[in-house]
Amino acid sequence: MDVGLFGQYVMNGLMLGMMYALVAVGFTLFFGVLDIINFSHGDVLTVGAFTGLATYLGLSKIGITWAPAQVVIVLLVATTCMAALGAVIARYLVLPLKAAPALNTLLLTLMLGTVLHEAIRLFYPLGANPQRFPPLLPTTAYSFGNFTLRVDSVMLLLAGLAVIVGIHLVINKTKLGLAIRAVAQDEETAKTMGINFTLIVLVTFAIGSGLAAFAGILHGLYYSEINFAMGLLLGVIGFSSAIVGGLGNIYGAIIGGFLFAALQTIGVLAMPFASAYKDVFAFGVIILIMAWRPTGLISEKISERV
Amino acid sequence: MSRARAVFAVLLPGIGSAVAVTVYVILLLAVESQAAIAALLVAGVIVVLAAARFGGMARIGRSFAERENAMNLVIVLAVLAVTGFFYEDHFVLLLMATVIIYVIACLGLNLQFGYAGTLNFAGAAFFGVGCYTAAVLTKHTAMPHLLILVAGGVMAAVIGSLLILPVLRTRSHYSAVVTIAFALLFKIFLEVNDTLGGPQGLPVDGMNVLGWEFNDNIEIGEDFEVAFYVNYIVVGLIVLALAFTFVRRLERSWVGLNLDALRLDETAAACFGLNITRWKITAFTLGNFLTGVAGALYAMMLGFIAPTNFTFGDSLILVSIILLGGIGNPWGLVVATTILIILPEKLQVIQEYRFLLFGAMVILILLFRPEGLLPRPLRTYLPGWQPK
Repeated sequence: MDVGLFGQYVMNGLMLGMMYALVAVGFTLFFGVLDIINFSHGDVLTVGAFTGLATYLGLSKIGITWAPAQVVIVLLVATTCMAALGAVIARYLVLPLKAAPALNTLLLTLMLGTVLHEAIRLFYPLGANPQRFPPLLPTTAYSFGNFTLRVDSVMLLLAGLAVIVGIHLVINKTKLGLAIRAVAQDEETAKTMGINFTLIVLVTFAIGSGLAAFAGILHGLYYSEINFAMGLLLGVIGFSSAIVGGLGNIYGAIIGGFLFAALQTIGVLAMPFASAYKDVFAFGVIILIMAWRPTGLISEKISERV
Repeated sequence: MSRARAVFAVLLPGIGSAVAVTVYVILLLAVESQAAIAALLVAGVIVVLAAARFGGMARIGRSFAERENAMNLVIVLAVLAVTGFFYEDHFVLLLMATVIIYVIACLGLNLQFGYAGTLNFAGAAFFGVGCYTAAVLTKHTAMPHLLILVAGGVMAAVIGSLLILPVLRTRSHYSAVVTIAFALLFKIFLEVNDTLGGPQGLPVDGMNVLGWEFNDNIEIGEDFEVAFYVNYIVVGLIVLALAFTFVRRLERSWVGLNLDALRLDETAAACFGLNITRWKITAFTLGNFLTGVAGALYAMMLGFIAPTNFTFGDSLILVSIILLGGIGNPWGLVVATTILIILPEKLQVIQEYRFLLFGAMVILILLFRPEGLLPRPLRTYLPGWQPK
């Protein structure tokens, strides 16, 4: 295969990995503070993308057409709204079930995901059809043989990287991050040290959901299309990435995300005759990895209390 | 004499409620206008709430607990009565047969969820395995159709066994993601696979037992014709009776006791010498078998199947049924399936919104009544034994 085409695949893989990693970080954050899995996370991403699209349409209506301003406002509105949604989900749906069996939270968040994407399908104008996402970034492209480098892809990758570095700084260098890590390590001790547990949980959910919204916009800008069902696939793969990296481990989740993207890209490369089966392949890999290493390649750092 | 009277006194609330429910269901199915249906539904809810408030439900529950066999017979008679009433109405009969088949499928899921506590979010996928098995076998082989029902179940169990290793090695959310991944994989696979019809699906031959064509209307005399769905209702009822008896016996037996112990505390159960692996495999395989049988019957009744029947959303609906009915209670399943299948079909307004409404409903149930409509009663070790 020639280098240009290979470069193209690498670029696609990196982009995919960035989205998976952003989603996986959310899963891992939630698991850290509450030991629960929020299966509605993928659909929060969808709602975020649609919020972004709606914001763009609204901006065009009131006459703001300067692209950089549009990008910033779309991102701000979508992440803020989803952060708020995440906090509401945590406060009114997840925290009340804290004492109930894990199965109940699991079912509740699964059903919440269904409610979210069904709501988009039914109530967004023509929500059942895929929606075109506007190209808000400069689409200048430079060709090197078979490899086309698009400016917007580079910008998206850099933005994703910046967000990941930002998360790293927040978790490791701020008081808030210290509190999140403390709650993740031992809830009760954290409480006795004067940490407001509920507040930290809400903030963590807000951060995770904001990240999902960002990933949703990324998805929209890169593929120029969003649809109401995209969250399920991204959610399951994101969650699997988080598991592969060891739930609760942020860097593991990021590595897991890129690993999955790499696997999927290699799958398509190795079996070009079966590219229709690429999602079948992805899910098959998930099942195999779970059978091989049930708690991930980098396993969870907790011993079970009986 | 007084003994007979005592038995009758116990049975009376049960039989009375069965008659009332039968009349109510007939009314609900017969009425066409949306306003009348809504009014009937509201009335039904009020009556049930009132009965629960004044202890009527407890008495009905006692009839079922103490005279289970007699009550089972009453229920079968009630279903036959409704069938007889609508003998030429294709739509209503199709609806009833669907309810019966879904109850069989949910019984399988109940074995996994309710007894062993093994998660399975791929119910619709195993149902689909049964459907596609029936489609392929009716098309390419001359296998007797009753055997195809069994084959559908066996196939679902075999495909399920591919998942056994990951499901056994993982717990709660991890095993949930295995089954979710399988549910998604199954549907995508069907859509891209051309030999199995791709997105267009496959036609399935109707059932034929000993030369008796199930898909022909039954003609009696000159102008008395019975819709062909009655055939499927009868076969469905027979399969359901077998499955129901099987599940109830299993629940009562020491196998059921082991499964309960396994669900409540895996570690403790293992400490008492129960073989966790063995019972998890048993429950998972048996459950998939029942779901597959239901799928095969469903495919032969519909005559046509496509991947869109087996989405992840449908799997979630099966789980909602289990949860709404009360996890682990087969009776609750029957009630929940009837509500969840018939309601969106009769109340056309909510048809489009059903996934949304079911999702919201499950969320509310989990928040406010996690034990479901009919919570599973305490295990009675001896017939007629009451907890003090």
